[in-house]
Amino acid sequence: MLETALKGSKKYWLLLLVLVVLHGIGASAFLYQLKKGLTVTGMSRDVSWGIYIAQFTFLVGVAASAVMVVLPYYLHNVKEFGKITILGEFLAVAAVSMCLMFILVDLGKPMRMLNVILHPTPNSVLFWDMIVLNGYLFLNIVIGWVVLSAERKEIPPPKWIKPFIYVSIPWAVSIHTVTAFLYAGLPGRHFWLTAIMAARFLASAFAAGPALLILLCLIVRKVSKFDPGKEAIQKVSKIVLYAMIVSIFFVVLELFTAFYSQIPWHMQGFVYNFVGLHGKSNLVPWSWAFAIMAVIATLMLLVPAIRHNEKTLAVACALVFISLWIEKGVTLVITGFIPNPFETITQYVPTVPELAITVGVWATGFLVLTILYKVAVSVKEEIGA
Amino acid sequence: MERSRRRFLKILGISTLGIGTISSVDLLAMVGKGEEPAYTPEPDALVGKRWALVVDVKKLDEETTQKAIEACNRAHNIPHFEDEEEIKWIWTDEYEHVFPGQEATYLPEEIEKKPFLLLCNHCANPPCVRVCPTQATWQRADGIVMMDQHRCIGCRYCMAGCPFGARSFNWKDAMNTYWKEHEPPNPTYPVRGKGVVEKCTLCAERLAEGKIPACVEAVQDSKAIVFGDLEDPNSEVRQLLREHFAIRRKPELGTSPNVYYIV
Ligand code: SF4
Ligand code: SF4
Ligand code: SF4
Repeated sequence: MLETALKGSKKYWLLLLVLVVLHGIGASAFLYQLKKGLTVTGMSRDVSWGIYIAQFTFLVGVAASAVMVVLPYYLHNVKEFGKITILGEFLAVAAVSMCLMFILVDLGKPMRMLNVILHPTPNSVLFWDMIVLNGYLFLNIVIGWVVLSAERKEIPPPKWIKPFIYVSIPWAVSIHTVTAFLYAGLPGRHFWLTAIMAARFLASAFAAGPALLILLCLIVRKVSKFDPGKEAIQKVSKIVLYAMIVSIFFVVLELFTAFYSQIPWHMQGFVYNFVGLHGKSNLVPWSWAFAIMAVIATLMLLVPAIRHNEKTLAVACALVFISLWIEKGVTLVITGFIPNPFETITQYVPTVPELAITVGVWATGFLVLTILYKVAVSVKEEIGA
Repeated sequence: MERSRRRFLKILGISTLGIGTISSVDLLAMVGKGEEPAYTPEPDALVGKRWALVVDVKKLDEETTQKAIEACNRAHNIPHFEDEEEIKWIWTDEYEHVFPGQEATYLPEEIEKKPFLLLCNHCANPPCVRVCPTQATWQRADGIVMMDQHRCIGCRYCMAGCPFGARSFNWKDAMNTYWKEHEPPNPTYPVRGKGVVEKCTLCAERLAEGKIPACVEAVQDSKAIVFGDLEDPNSEVRQLLREHFAIRRKPELGTSPNVYYIV
């Protein structure tokens, strides 16, 4: 099947070329970082995780969100999703690959990575995160590939794949739960120490991931003969809407607990985010951008006419995706380190090499995504789906 | 500079070769016989059940704190970067930063401006150990929370996990930066490469030789820092705690620190 990725239009090759170049830039920045150490990043003793871990956290959500098309299709027989489950699964593969790359570039000693397996430590959430992420990657590659191969031969998928599909559903929930547990169980990091962290993570993931999926479906329809189907897109848009409402609701819950109780530790993170703390306010524009875009997107999605028009739907989905990317991929992780354990503030700004590596990893992920989608779309075109 | 680095490595190599070869042969022999390589401390090593430090803040002043910090820096080759990438095992800060949340609004000035000494608390229930995915940081039976820089993958999860800011990461290569410009490091203690986390080890290497921690020794005359075994009712630390009111940092987080402050 992979050979279908080798025949494509000029535009397809151009896209691949651009992604390969970005990957190359990221890779050289990574070599530079390997040589110099993580000093080339903007991280510090106080803010010891930065944009890499933030991207990782956001992308775990994108990966997990595949479940939002897989579950309705396989458990509730929502026929419309039959055409796009493969797009969800391949999106998950690309997203998990990016997650693993972001972890790798964040390590001080990446060459010792296997120590996590050589010295397995069940009390560490990071150990479990590694297991569930790799397992999820494996599940989605196998499921996606096997189902698509069967589809190409126009036969039903083999029976043995069913258990894998059923397992992949709770597994998707597990990857984002475990990722939330990375944060939610740390004493002294007040911004993260909240019981609804995993719930928040899942809700925002189920908005951001499907929003991206809608955008990808629209692109696929534009550039190929394969139509994911208006109905499917409309159904997914409702998922995005509900998940977005729940996400905002969860943030409101956090704000209420913090500001009604008036406990300083609970308030500080949000104060830093939205108005600045002790005169430090790097994230204020970002936080407001998140809040405003999230509200506008939700209001847009609430109006049926806007949702039904695919042009305006695309705008709403882009707003959902960008706003939640800001929330998880920028503010949430960094604010956990502010203020530091001494109640002082060190701010964080990523450096150029750090951004180059970040863009490089995204490009590599989209390279994987483009190739996988090319294969999927070619098969769909072949069988005239 | 490259030359002096090589020279240093050579000295280090030669001095450890003797001990290194013997112990690894022994180890192999033991593994061959299917035995656990049992560890017996040297006869004069200090052994305890729960090591602790008591810092008498009243006895601290600029000079004593500097002495303690210097002793640690020298004993453990701690580079002194003066930026946000600093590495520190023991340092000073003011009351409000050491005990956030316990600040009385009107503190006696003498306390407010006092330099408090801070270091790893060797918590009895250490979150840093709980989160480490490789056991590169672990707790010994005597309570010391140790660090293995040769196993550490540099994920910095322990830094997020420690609520006391006790851990430092080697953002840059100290050997090629700091130690190039300063007098060569002390050859009896390893220099860390870039990409690993480090922190106070309660001078485990000195305890093994029967010596008390370097910072404690440096201020011995003033008795500003006292080292001892909390499980031993007759120890000096227990006696101090019986006679004085002492506090610990952030006890509400349940990590159960083993560094006490008499204020
Ligand atoms: S002070 Fe921090 S580094 Fe030291 S044992 Fe406690 S949690 Fe771990
Ligand atoms: S940085 Fe090293 S010591 Fe800290 S958690 Fe990671 S592997 Fe463990
Ligand atoms: S106990 Fe040893 S390692 Fe820890 S701060 Fe004192 S001198 Fe440094």
